[in-house]
Amino acid sequence: MSSNGHTLLSVKDLRTYFETEDGTVKAVDGISFDLQKGETLGIVGESGSGKSVTNLSIIRLVPRPPGRIVSGEVLFHGQDIMALADDDVRKIRGKRISMIFQDPMTSLNPFMRISKQLMEITQLHLGHTKSQAYEHAIHMLELVGIPDARTRVDSYPHEFSGGMRQRVMIAMALSCQPELLIADEPTTALDVTIQAQILELIKRLKEQTGASVILITHDLGVVAGMTDHIIVMYAGKVFEQAPTHELFDCPGNPYTKGLLRSVPDPAHEAGTPLYQIPGLPPDVAHLPAGCPFAPRCERAEEICTREYPPFVQLAREHFSLCHFAEEVYAQSCRERDAAQNEVSETVEPIDHQATNGQTRTKNA
Amino acid sequence: MRNRRTLPPESEEPALTPLGTTPTPPVRTRTGDIIHTAPEFAIGEADVRSAELHQTTLKGTSLWRDAWRRLLKNRLAVFGLIVVCLILVASLAGPYVISHTTGYSYDFIPKDSKLVKSFAPFIAPDGSFSWTHPMGTDNAGRDILARVLIGGRISLMVGIISTFVSLLIGISYGATSGYLGGRADNLMMRIVDVLYSLPYMMIIIVLLAMFGGRSPLGQLVLLFIALGAVSWLTMARIVRGQVMSLKNQEFVLAARATGVSTSRIIFRHLVPNTLGPVIVYATLTIPSVMLQEAFLSFLGLGVQAPLASWGSLAADGIQNIAIFPWQLIFPGVTMALTLFSLNFLGDGLRDALDPQMRKV
Amino acid sequence: MLRFIMRRILVTIPMVLIVVTLTWGLIRLAPGNFYSGEKKLPPAVEKNLREKYGLNQPWYVQYYRLMRNVVQLDFGTSLKYEGQSVNSILVRTVPVSAILGLLAYLLALTVGLIAGVLAALKQNSKIDYASMALAMLGISLPSFVLGPLLVLIFSLTLYWLPPARWNGFPSWNLLLPVLTLSAIYMAYIARLTRSGMLEVLRSDYIRTARAKGLKELDVILRHALRGGLLPVVSFTGPALALLVTGTVVVERIFALPGLGNYFINANLNRDEPLIIGIVAFTSIVILLFNLLVDIAYAYIDPRIRY
Repeated sequence: MSSNGHTLLSVKDLRTYFETEDGTVKAVDGISFDLQKGETLGIVGESGSGKSVTNLSIIRLVPRPPGRIVSGEVLFHGQDIMALADDDVRKIRGKRISMIFQDPMTSLNPFMRISKQLMEITQLHLGHTKSQAYEHAIHMLELVGIPDARTRVDSYPHEFSGGMRQRVMIAMALSCQPELLIADEPTTALDVTIQAQILELIKRLKEQTGASVILITHDLGVVAGMTDHIIVMYAGKVFEQAPTHELFDCPGNPYTKGLLRSVPDPAHEAGTPLYQIPGLPPDVAHLPAGCPFAPRCERAEEICTREYPPFVQLAREHFSLCHFAEEVYAQSCRERDAAQNEVSETVEPIDHQATNGQTRTKNA
Repeated sequence: MRNRRTLPPESEEPALTPLGTTPTPPVRTRTGDIIHTAPEFAIGEADVRSAELHQTTLKGTSLWRDAWRRLLKNRLAVFGLIVVCLILVASLAGPYVISHTTGYSYDFIPKDSKLVKSFAPFIAPDGSFSWTHPMGTDNAGRDILARVLIGGRISLMVGIISTFVSLLIGISYGATSGYLGGRADNLMMRIVDVLYSLPYMMIIIVLLAMFGGRSPLGQLVLLFIALGAVSWLTMARIVRGQVMSLKNQEFVLAARATGVSTSRIIFRHLVPNTLGPVIVYATLTIPSVMLQEAFLSFLGLGVQAPLASWGSLAADGIQNIAIFPWQLIFPGVTMALTLFSLNFLGDGLRDALDPQMRKV
Repeated sequence: MLRFIMRRILVTIPMVLIVVTLTWGLIRLAPGNFYSGEKKLPPAVEKNLREKYGLNQPWYVQYYRLMRNVVQLDFGTSLKYEGQSVNSILVRTVPVSAILGLLAYLLALTVGLIAGVLAALKQNSKIDYASMALAMLGISLPSFVLGPLLVLIFSLTLYWLPPARWNGFPSWNLLLPVLTLSAIYMAYIARLTRSGMLEVLRSDYIRTARAKGLKELDVILRHALRGGLLPVVSFTGPALALLVTGTVVVERIFALPGLGNYFINANLNRDEPLIIGIVAFTSIVILLFNLLVDIAYAYIDPRIRY
């Protein structure tokens, strides 16, 4: 990705390993990316692909034993978070970089009133007095759309529904107007109707505050409408990295193609089974010698099980980790053009067709 | 709570399959019969699962073999296992060996009345060094080693048999309660709650004081029943919890659909699947029952002379603690070592059988 | 909440009566009685005594009287300690056992909590291994071994502390009994605290607290401790039942004139009123303490409402 002086966060060759009985699990193995101010980055991958660990590593929240950040730089405004003292990282956490976690049911302290959990953060970072913090807490709850915020602020988390709790989490994360919001599967644990509301809320608040966002998800449908760039992770590695529309239009990696094919499509014929990538995510402790995706890959050849694939640049901001990256890329571009001519079906979910127009002018 | 895995933290999310369909966990087989693992057990172990799939051939016994492998890695548990085995062998064979080598059995009192006095370890009656009594003798001149070993026999027997009694009651009660569910379950568990909050040890003391003391054997039986009857409560709760989580599994529904009787479902399908936690808890019940037996014997209400248990030996020894400390120290330390080992073994088994409950 | 407490107190009464019935039944079903003991009484004297204590009445009359008296907390007079009412014996002995038990539990709480929290925070460190090994020792070392060993070391060898006997409160005489009694609770509490804290420290909301930028000490004190201590709170119930057994043994070892010592003697003497009085009293205390534990639990965990 380009770095034009507005780079907020720059991750370079991040490696986070876990020591387990089965050996070293390379949960994150050489991840690099840049995030511009105001930009939204999507990180997509299956369970165990290392996307959450990547983001916990950014603010050094990986549980120390057994986890260990082996190498890498995380430059936040050009300053390496990995090199900071613990106290200085704490000043960034919650204030300049904040996180929303996957499960709102367990991410709030069940023994503490919502008010206290919200007040804590502004008292700490903004030096609020008790009454200031209390008013700010109510304000934040109103901002995230909790009705009757003033009366409900003293509730306990268990008195809220899942969606409401996630709103509280968002209110908490945005209390100090962070420059970067990391949302780790913010909607996975929620009902479908609530999911859309929460995503819309994040989108709106991001526009209001101008924060950058990293959105972690296993759902391509979620990232499509929200993000500028997407990173596809598999087995702790970046498999593909591209601007969102480019990735949806011309995926350069068989894994990404598989993911896209398995997204339910409104135009999909009822009755025919949905595509599913065969097999299961790999055992990260015992990765095969070659490409970690090779055992499940349709395009795999003998070389894939033998040699680790190269990270190929396909376009200015488009990279793919595959022996046949160019071939796959060319083929998906051809498919796109053909589909465009027929104007029949598109691969993407319906709400992202608007973005397609921009990419069509660009080709490899 | 139980689904939490330690590493990597990411694994709780569903696999990337459309429409949230999660792949069905593999069915682990144990030699012979099929063991249906609880899904929480299987899903929690993504590593094992995928490792198995990579081997493509599903190997049987993996749950038990994995557990065994993990147990062997735990040094304290292995230490516990070895010590428990040694003490078992020693208390079974020891008294026989001693009476055939030194001529001292546990109740042999030397006839020469002048010699009747407590000797320190390795001291012969004439004050010289001797191998005859490595733990010394008691006031009557009996060999303490022989008595400690025979006491171990009784203590271990009480521990094992009472635990077995508590297993029988606890499993039947817990499995029935869990399987029936609803109001029956509610009532049965209320009863357990009530029993929990009673001073049952006092009632046992009354029972033993009132009915005990007739014959040594009768006293033992009384002990088995009394201790077994109070230790089953936790076991019942554990089994009930397990059965509750299992009873809605497909294999139970299938059994019910094919007309298998309720009792057969409970004891043939559900109970075998609760084996892991039950083994763990049973291992931890043995030392606690042994401790209770020792308390009772110490108070003079448990094992009666001429039989001896570690508790009654300690009670004898405590009278002479100032002059003949070995009379207390040897039975006491042997008992502590045994309980220590059993507890470590139980802890290790728990860690090995249920990685979710692991303390790591 | 108030209704819950009232209901629980009401439930206590029948439960105490059940325990008393059980005890009474055991005593009555057993062959022999107080008078068949060591001192043979002339038949005439025994007959008089039996009439005096109502033992010549049919069993249901006796049972009814007993129940009536228990409800009124009147347990009659001891057979062995002639002329002393059971209540006066209770008044004399309960403080001894209560001081012993409370001090032991307080000591166990203090040491156990600190050791458990430290072990959890420094998981797999030397502190962790050392305190858990000690805890395992505490669970495995019976008090009748630990107590005499402490006496042997501190009283008989080093002459630092008096070995036994009751000497009022406060007194150094209490130190060894309290240590002996508290060892096992210390061990249990340390283990429960450790596993409870580990469980909580791994939970999502602690990650949230850390992500807020809170200092580790605040994360632990404000967020983790509360949830981590819940297992310890719920252990208090079973601990009380254990404490009863524990005090009996420790009072026996150190020759303390407490409830437990009297209870054993009452059993050996078949002193029926005293046995029943002590059992009833202990049951009431245990049940009320269980109620307190439940209230404390609800106070700590807002998700629980009665």
